[in-house]
Amino acid sequence: MNNSNGHFKTALNRLIRKKIAVICIIVLIVIYMCGLFASVISPYEYTAQDYTNIKKPPSIDHIMGTDRAGRDVFTRVLWGVQNTIIITFVALITGGIIIGVGLGLLAGYKGGKTDSIIMRIGEISSSFPDILLVIILAATLRPRVLDFVRFLEDSYNISGLVKSGIADYLVVSLALVSFGWIGTARLMRAQVLSIKENQYIESAKSIGASTNRILFVHLLPNAISPLVVSITMGMGALIGTEIILSWLGLGIQPPRPSLGRMLLDGGSISIIRNEPWLLIGPGIVVFLMVLCWNLLGDALNDVLNPRTR
Amino acid sequence: MWQYILSRLMWIPFLLISVAFITFFLGRFGPGDPIEIMMGTKYDPIVAERIRSEMGLDRPIISQFGSYLKNASQGDFGESLRYRGRSVSDLIGPKLIVSAKLSFVSLLISILIGLPLGFLIAHKQGTWIDPFIVTISVTFMSIPIMITIPALLWIGCLKTDLVPCSGWGGLFDKRIIIPALTMGIPGIAFMIRIMRASTLDVLGQDYIRTAKAKGLNFFTISNRHVLRNSMIPIVTILSFALAGILGGAFITETILGIPGIGRFSVESIFNRDYPVIMAITLIGAVAFILANLVADISYSIIDPRIRYK
Repeated sequence: MNNSNGHFKTALNRLIRKKIAVICIIVLIVIYMCGLFASVISPYEYTAQDYTNIKKPPSIDHIMGTDRAGRDVFTRVLWGVQNTIIITFVALITGGIIIGVGLGLLAGYKGGKTDSIIMRIGEISSSFPDILLVIILAATLRPRVLDFVRFLEDSYNISGLVKSGIADYLVVSLALVSFGWIGTARLMRAQVLSIKENQYIESAKSIGASTNRILFVHLLPNAISPLVVSITMGMGALIGTEIILSWLGLGIQPPRPSLGRMLLDGGSISIIRNEPWLLIGPGIVVFLMVLCWNLLGDALNDVLNPRTR
Repeated sequence: MWQYILSRLMWIPFLLISVAFITFFLGRFGPGDPIEIMMGTKYDPIVAERIRSEMGLDRPIISQFGSYLKNASQGDFGESLRYRGRSVSDLIGPKLIVSAKLSFVSLLISILIGLPLGFLIAHKQGTWIDPFIVTISVTFMSIPIMITIPALLWIGCLKTDLVPCSGWGGLFDKRIIIPALTMGIPGIAFMIRIMRASTLDVLGQDYIRTAKAKGLNFFTISNRHVLRNSMIPIVTILSFALAGILGGAFITETILGIPGIGRFSVESIFNRDYPVIMAITLIGAVAFILANLVADISYSIIDPRIRYK
């Protein structure tokens, strides 16, 4: 393990020397913190309507202006960021990491039938054109998930579960999972296939290490660099897909703010002509989020991927 | 080799049936009674029941699916639920052509700008040009489409009046400029990345050093040795891009009012027009799967070092 710490320390050092990467990390931390603590930072309620301040351009009171209903755009962007963060995080943990890494490890290590079944399922889910599967899933799952949440609410007497919008989060995250897992699984499998030929795996086996121990103590840590790179590079796309879903009206439902919805409302010709700040505010935040993840991914790739070093 | 192609070909029908079944099942399992949507406010339970049995919607799912597959394999995707009396193939055909034209132009933009730039900057590794162009291209790639389009509209339509704000007029119409740029810009960045990586890979090879040592001039080395080898991975990318041509663009087409397949799939998902969704998914899947196969095969033809068992 010492050796692997060393590897990450040198990688971290190299990363810090890249100015762009450091700037990106700072920007991402700022955006994520603002999003997570939206309830503390935001100056207004996200549904608060101020009819004396309708469609006002940015000012000291409303730094991103106000929308048609007199709601503060900055507040709504903060809450929209929070929703995006929660959804992409859940999708990443469940789809990318638990399912993707788990199945990839399994496929690579077990080989044979397990391998071909997992990879075939992956092939099926990746045969859907573009993000059509995500869209179809998000469109068809919602009522079922809502029913399920209602059932939970009734049978366990938890009130406000439906109102909290948890069904929306579930639907979008589930749909995004279908998009994320196969890439990670393929990567993991390829890594495991090449790592498992190493002598230290053989020696671990020969001293009677359990399968779990070999998988999680010996294989996973050695395969983690490419995983980190691919996850970072994929985050931008994941956020983009979430925003497309909410743009299409399949994501978080109003009155809860979502970035995609705000981009949809701000994107019409008349708005660009008359109230461009409705697009500029959320637009810049989305752009920065995607850009920083992409640049950070590139930088990490340079740092962790020995081939292009 | 032939054995490999044959086994891949035999796997295709199974893949397609699985894709069809998932879409079919999600459609049926999903929400919204299509008959209800079809009849709108004139909903009458008795008439609805009759239409349902006429269209076979009251039969068990498996039997519906079976007859669907039988017809679909003969090119008959049924009748649209939204546009009564029109067959799905008639509806989709013209839209596919529109999308294909648009994607073709945007692909051309990405290739013509991206590949030469990528090739060029690989030779400039170590100077400021390389990271500069890469960062710029990542920046452009990270702008969400929902922002690119309003921005381009603002420049091209509101400020300078160069092009009409929306609509479609075919390949040689001014209105193709904005959508083609929107879709082409992310592609440029993608092409730059791939071409740069692949050229760098080739430049590091021994045979390039040999060629230089022989005293060949720069042009001969670039043309004969570097370019040919660095194009190998590009072929794969291109065959996928060609498959993507059939996919259309959900958002670009929707915002700009282009009557293509992307906009139509979004509409159909909201209209619960199952037959149309099924057909679009299947056509996209066929294109994607074939592209995958073509890519693998052309890979081994161009680069004889790659052999499949």
